[in-house]
Amino acid sequence: MGITSKPVVFAVLSAVVILIGTTVTVFIPLFMPSTQPVSAYVKPYTSVELEGRDIYMREGCNNCHTQTVRPLRTEVLRYGEYSKGEEFAYDRPFLWGSRRIGPDLNRVGGKYPDSWHYRHLQSPQGMFEKSNMPPYGWMAKNKLDTQYSYKKTSILGYGYTESDVQQQIVQCRSKVTAESYPAKESRDQVTPPELRNDLTEMDAIIAYLQKLGRDVKNLETKK
Amino acid sequence: MSEAEVEKYDFQIVRGFAFSALFWLVIGLVVGLWIAFEMFNPALNLTPWLSFGRLRVVHTNGLGLGFGLAAIFATSYYILQRLTRTPLAFPRLARAHLYLFNTTIALGALSLFAGMNTTKEYAELEWPLDIAVVIFWVMFAVNVFATLIKRREKQMYISLWYIIAMTVAIAILYIVNNLEIPVTLFKSYTVYAGANDANVEWWYGHNVVGFIFTVPILAMFYYFLPKSTGLPIYSHRLSIISFWALNFAYLWTGAHHLMLSPLPEWIQTVAIAFSIFLIAPSWGSVINGYYTLQGNWEQMRSNYLVKFFILGITFYGLQTLQGPLQGLRTLNSFFHFTDWVIGHVHMGTMGWVTMIISASFYYMIPRINNCEIYSIKLANTHFWLILVGQLVWTITMWIAGIQQGAMLKATNPDGSLMYNFLDTLTSLYPYYRLRFAAGVIYFAGIVLFTWNLIMTVRKAPLQADAQPTTL
Repeated sequence: MGITSKPVVFAVLSAVVILIGTTVTVFIPLFMPSTQPVSAYVKPYTSVELEGRDIYMREGCNNCHTQTVRPLRTEVLRYGEYSKGEEFAYDRPFLWGSRRIGPDLNRVGGKYPDSWHYRHLQSPQGMFEKSNMPPYGWMAKNKLDTQYSYKKTSILGYGYTESDVQQQIVQCRSKVTAESYPAKESRDQVTPPELRNDLTEMDAIIAYLQKLGRDVKNLETKK
Repeated sequence: MSEAEVEKYDFQIVRGFAFSALFWLVIGLVVGLWIAFEMFNPALNLTPWLSFGRLRVVHTNGLGLGFGLAAIFATSYYILQRLTRTPLAFPRLARAHLYLFNTTIALGALSLFAGMNTTKEYAELEWPLDIAVVIFWVMFAVNVFATLIKRREKQMYISLWYIIAMTVAIAILYIVNNLEIPVTLFKSYTVYAGANDANVEWWYGHNVVGFIFTVPILAMFYYFLPKSTGLPIYSHRLSIISFWALNFAYLWTGAHHLMLSPLPEWIQTVAIAFSIFLIAPSWGSVINGYYTLQGNWEQMRSNYLVKFFILGITFYGLQTLQGPLQGLRTLNSFFHFTDWVIGHVHMGTMGWVTMIISASFYYMIPRINNCEIYSIKLANTHFWLILVGQLVWTITMWIAGIQQGAMLKATNPDGSLMYNFLDTLTSLYPYYRLRFAAGVIYFAGIVLFTWNLIMTVRKAPLQADAQPTTL
């Protein structure tokens, strides 16, 4: 065998062999619109939801929770409408996950009120005694860092201006700090007094969780 | 070859990487035990740094990148010099490679503890560390190819093919999957969106396992099995066919991790077909391993290293049968997202990978120190502990996976779901306790392994191997 005495040729040939499958199943699909379709019904995350998503990533929530409902009868019964490609057009990275230690979250938006999430994140065991989810009460003690929010949305190409981003932040803050906020009681319970008039990390992650699957649900109601 | 030439072999670098591997192995397993405990008792989620979501990636990266890569670098530098009969081309570059590697893994662990996590599995490190990984990979590649070009032995033996394929493939996989746009020094976003990101990630995720936990481990197997038994590999032709078929087919199969997801169906179907095909080249190596021992099976008893190799390749064979079957849509819809897959992965890592690395180190470390192994008895105990630990571990997880898969699918006669999600989870806690116990047994074996090698090198100072160099 001549090739086993020519290391560079051998390496080049290996690369070629490796790149055939890669090109067909990965590189070419990158340029096919059918791989990641877009839909006018699916809206990008607001900057606060995006901050919440980044916290979700930072805490590695994807290690226990998937975000893709498969088109199987029991799965649709358990979680809701199965996941469609269009829903993920703004997801960088994707967060489909690979293991369900906890339930799928792709349809969790609107499933429970905000107050449920404040209480549950604070103490999962307080709500479900035998749950193995780590407690995340400390998120309510961290003020949300929004200094890069605009930069993040512009890198992701969400098309917001700097004032759009500011407005989204102000809007979310006035929503969760309002006297009339339905989850006020639970939020005040977990949020230290000095942060009650600010956005916390917990506010952001709940905003994100409530967005998940929301566009699809809105579409279903319109139908 | 003269004595002077032999002494120029750089074995210090081999030892440096071998003990780095042992260090990251112990750290990675401690983290593994910690998260295994958290699975049935969340009280160990003491601080954000110790919460399951952050620790799980420290475990996978610490063992995959830390232990796995260090062991591969150690054995590759050894095999490379022996099979080319040429000293390492750039020993000082290799030294820099060792320091940069360990710094990167240490900073990687710290950054993952701190939550700097891109969430792409086995590629969680943030962009500055990705650059560091690429740099040390290039350092390694430069030494591999420079030594190969300078080599004194004309023909490249099978193990060198696998090392070349790994060097090329990992570079492509790592760079393509980690293309990202920085926001700050500690945060970036990938350039791919949604289903494309998923497809790129699992092409990477599947093949990084292939080209770190299969290809270089086969390089070790093909080198150290004949060396430690004195038996030539059964079929050279079979190894050629297996090598090229494996390299070709592996890259098509990533999407079997995305079965029934929103990824276009044709990509999933192609992945299923190639996954089934992949059984052939995988079993080519298994058969080659078994037949090598033909007529010499008494070595299973008389040679303490052989049982590591043979059990290792057996788990590889089981692994490569189980994997493609899990990729079939019907089975996948049942097993995917359950502990079954966790069991599958750990048969590969705790069975195949660690068994082969253990035997390779036991063969290699005494030789680069010109001494005998500290204790064969300890090595035998190590073997039985990791074998029993691994078997209990994986079988427990398979049963847990079957149970959870069945409970999630169970419906009442009226078509409603029989169990809520929490019921399916809490029913697994007994299995999680047993898995933790199995992990402790396995860990005890690894402690003996580490101890045995530390005592071996303490007994004898490092020397160049004065044995005549033969294939």
